[in-house]
Amino acid sequence: MIKVEVGPADFDIGSETLDVSRQGGGAIASFVGQVRDDGNLKTLELEHYPAMTQKALQEIAETARSGWPLHAVTIIHRVGKLSVGENIVLVVTGSDHREAAIESCSFIMDRLKTVAPFWKKETRADGATKWIEARDSDRAAAEKWKK
Amino acid sequence: MNRSINLVYFAWVRERLGRDEETIRLGEEVGTIGDVLDILKARGTAYAEVLSDSEKLRFALDQDYGTAASTIGSARELAIFPPVTGG
Repeated sequence: MIKVEVGPADFDIGSETLDVSRQGGGAIASFVGQVRDDGNLKTLELEHYPAMTQKALQEIAETARSGWPLHAVTIIHRVGKLSVGENIVLVVTGSDHREAAIESCSFIMDRLKTVAPFWKKETRADGATKWIEARDSDRAAAEKWKK
Repeated sequence: MNRSINLVYFAWVRERLGRDEETIRLGEEVGTIGDVLDILKARGTAYAEVLSDSEKLRFALDQDYGTAASTIGSARELAIFPPVTGG
């Protein structure tokens, strides 16, 4: 089972994890990304390319399923204006064994950060805004799975 | 043959161009994404500045990633945006 959702609504980590675990296996891995408090951040705005986002995440989930024996994959990514501490992204994977669950979860996040069409814009407490730049470390992390 | 393509812009590309989409007509000589970029850059300072460094841009043709050398073919939509920063 693959579930991909993109939208402004928050997600419930517990119920999403339970849904994946009900698909079988005994190893569930999850990752939650939240808006980091780095001092004077006011809001983080997530923009995306609606026509492409769903398709890109679906492809990432399918690539993960072809690389590891997974029973279920859930990817949820929020868009719109978010405050410090709010959820941004959730990935849950379910398999028979922990290596497959943890590795595939990590792979999905690395791919997502380099190919899924989302952009973050931060607004500081003083009103200054800035588009966040892509990081080389994220690109390197995504590259390592190609070996 | 008259063909046109819908251009969509995101993040700082959208902000600096002051628009999120537009449709342009393509002549017979337009073969690749790079050709479209050349047409846009000839339109004025804002386009020339934003599109000058294609290393800083990413492209998608009908929602699939491409490069400046990718053939437009019968694609209906070309997206131009910065490297992605989701997650």
